[in-house]
Amino acid sequence: MPDKEVSRRAFLKASGGLVVTFVFASPSTRCDAAALTEKTVSPDEVGGFIAIDANGLVTLYSGKVELGTGVLTAITQIIAEELSVPFASVTTIQGDTLLTPNQGPTYASFSIQNGGAQIRRAAATARDALLTRASSKLGVAKDLLRTDDGLITPKSGGKGLSYAQLLAGQTFTMKVNPSAPLKDPRDYKIVGTPVARLDIPDKIFGKFTYVHDFKLPGMLHARMVHPAAAGASLEAWNDDACRKLPGYVQAVRKGDLLAVVASNEWTAIRAASTIAATWTAWQGLPEQSQLFEYLRSSKVDRNEVLQSMGNTSDAPKAGNRTLQATYDLPLNTHGSIGPSCAVADFKEGRLTVWTPSQASHLLREQLATMLQIPPERVRCIYLEGAGCYGRNGADDCSSEAALIAKEIGQPVRLQWMRADEHGWDPKGPATLLDYRASIDEQNRIVAWESDIFLPERPMRRSGATLLAATLAKLPKFGPPNANLSNPGLGIPYVLTNSKLTAHWLLDTPLPAAWIRAPARLQNTFGNESFLDEIAAATSIDPFEIRIRHLTDKRGLELLERLRQFAKWQPRAQHPRDAGALAHGRGVSYAKYELVRTYVGIVADVTVNRTTGAVKVDRVFVAHDCGQIINPDGLRNQIEGNVVQSISRTLVEELTFSRSAVTSLNWGSYPILTFPDVPEVAIDLIDRPTEVPWGAGEPTTSVVPSAIANAVFDATGARLRSVPFRPAKVQAALGLVKAV
Amino acid sequence: MITPIKLTVNGKACVLHTEDPNMPLLYALRDELGLHGLHFGCGLGQCGACTVHYDGVALRSCIMPISAVAGGAIVTLEGLGTPEAPHPLQRAFVDEQAAQCGYCINGMIMQAAALLATTKNPTENQVRQALAANLCKCGTHVRILRAIMRAAAQMSEQPSAHA
Repeated sequence: MPDKEVSRRAFLKASGGLVVTFVFASPSTRCDAAALTEKTVSPDEVGGFIAIDANGLVTLYSGKVELGTGVLTAITQIIAEELSVPFASVTTIQGDTLLTPNQGPTYASFSIQNGGAQIRRAAATARDALLTRASSKLGVAKDLLRTDDGLITPKSGGKGLSYAQLLAGQTFTMKVNPSAPLKDPRDYKIVGTPVARLDIPDKIFGKFTYVHDFKLPGMLHARMVHPAAAGASLEAWNDDACRKLPGYVQAVRKGDLLAVVASNEWTAIRAASTIAATWTAWQGLPEQSQLFEYLRSSKVDRNEVLQSMGNTSDAPKAGNRTLQATYDLPLNTHGSIGPSCAVADFKEGRLTVWTPSQASHLLREQLATMLQIPPERVRCIYLEGAGCYGRNGADDCSSEAALIAKEIGQPVRLQWMRADEHGWDPKGPATLLDYRASIDEQNRIVAWESDIFLPERPMRRSGATLLAATLAKLPKFGPPNANLSNPGLGIPYVLTNSKLTAHWLLDTPLPAAWIRAPARLQNTFGNESFLDEIAAATSIDPFEIRIRHLTDKRGLELLERLRQFAKWQPRAQHPRDAGALAHGRGVSYAKYELVRTYVGIVADVTVNRTTGAVKVDRVFVAHDCGQIINPDGLRNQIEGNVVQSISRTLVEELTFSRSAVTSLNWGSYPILTFPDVPEVAIDLIDRPTEVPWGAGEPTTSVVPSAIANAVFDATGARLRSVPFRPAKVQAALGLVKAV
Repeated sequence: MITPIKLTVNGKACVLHTEDPNMPLLYALRDELGLHGLHFGCGLGQCGACTVHYDGVALRSCIMPISAVAGGAIVTLEGLGTPEAPHPLQRAFVDEQAAQCGYCINGMIMQAAALLATTKNPTENQVRQALAANLCKCGTHVRILRAIMRAAAQMSEQPSAHA
């Protein structure tokens, strides 16, 4: 079958260098068939990930992609280390469905932990195979050979062979061996060092090619005319007035999808505001002021006990105190600084999309379903966009570009405008949490119960489908439920009796998707705030109460290091600040998803009692993600987690009417700015002999609770509703005065 | 009607042909001249990703009609410095690894360069205020501040390097 044949052919020359030019080449240059050779994309094959050319240059084919987090550099370090080749000899191709193995979406802090581990095993298998071949050619036993800088030589000295000589232009054809011998971390020269990021110089000198900068010959420009209300239908449209604009080409209408196309970008932008469109009235959203009542009364798909210790209903009652609290967090937009953009070309029944999607392989399946063509006829090629922090508008924009390209039969670049990104990216959902605890006369927690109300787990029904398919009423393919079965919620402590129940909601006010530390940020906000409330009610130091309920050695070590790093003074010795500018500090701790990265922070805040403004002055972070691949890249990630989450905690909140999102730009959806950015001090705990875990999200999860706890420490006011904007803070301060 | 508009861009004289004198400068620079250092972020002058220098002053190219800058001298990130001859800020941003996705970084460098051209040895607080309307969503602020302070210190030690 020709389709299969094409999809399996990778159109590669043996040279890795040529691959790079190909990736950025226009589709018309593809058919240089004589020079092509087959490349597997199987994640079970070494050749799926690695090629070495006649000059010893290495190409890594990575299904994980650089989203601005430093992953590209880190995985390049991993392969260069494990393969024993110079770092500079490796070129990485990312997220191209024709060339790279499907390693799953780049999300959930799994790029190093899972993606890097796959690549490490492939490299170890390749290195072992090269050693075997060298051993027979040199007549020296394998264990008497060493690998260094792409060269295999006898340990005793003497002549060796290079990888290029050993391979002689051949590809790797063996399966990845899960038990191929790995290098001893004590011998690492590249992993564990602060290698400078590969992408940064081009970004600093204006030479980087973001998807926004990518061009095809004959490429047209499109802009969307998204519905006036979230669920509105298109009644009528008329583009007569657009025809006067220079270079206007046409409108594309398919169901409720409406777009304009022009030969130049500015005309496309003008046409989108010139075209007349009439939409049905639609008011299907709840009143924003009633959002949490709406969540509480929303239809539940099912209730699920996610974590349980002992039996909370058996806990002794006599003489006990009960504490309860409710916490809530708002909807968020991803807020990418660059609105989503994609370039699509549909020719001869084949679709190629250059996309900033974090999931090019999933997108390929979704696009094939939407356009009702075999997946073999769809190729998605990753090009970096602006930071996405989860599923922003990238996939939806790509789907619209694909549909427009198919309708007009010419290559097209679609860029969303600011209001499209703020209005139409799938949203981080609002979340509601209830807590109850029973405290005995010895101030022990004898029962802890919590309930979390959030959309059906992320996000089986809504946000992970394609917007173009929704608007144009075309077939949809949502990701299957697999891999989403354990959201990793619960407390990281050992309590005699505790229970967490999730109430998975069927309806969310707007399509929902994941934003950095989805559900984990919300769950940790509730957990760590409520524990702090118990600590205060029982006059136990916040560090002490955490340590008392931890049995995990790495967790205990981390908290002890954090306590010293932040020079924590027990709360009893730290009287509440009575000044107009009240200072306080709070601690928060998490073991991410209860099974991996340990992180704890102490936040120092200043609360302006008059204005209600909260400022985070300083944040101390202790972080243990096992083996560190690149300590500077890790610090960059942790700093980003801290600052971005302070923004989500203090400032960010989506607003909406009964019809549509109303926070459509940075004026109505403000974020944290330079004057309010804190100092960030980081204590990295490196464990070179442990497996590397993720760092893209864990620190995010502890930020809101640390700030809430610090505000309480400063003022006695307990903030339970994110974001902590001045009006809410003033109201909470008023409650303290009232008491 | 096509109106020719004369500009100097990165030291080179050029004539742009636009049918709409209200077209923002951004589209001329990106689409006609292929200068991709500046980015479209909001089209509203709110985020700063599109910042260029116009006669030495930081300007948001996404909202500035091209006719309004006719005859002026524009400098973009590409014209500020090159890998071979970097502006001290560019060197400092690389040295401090002050980028995550990097989409906003053009604006951070161009805004800071305009500040350092008029304010030698700014305090960190002055830098924070000067960049208050430049948005970053990755949370790279800590490094951006470090990079700007490093460049400022270096420029005051060697004032002739980039006057």
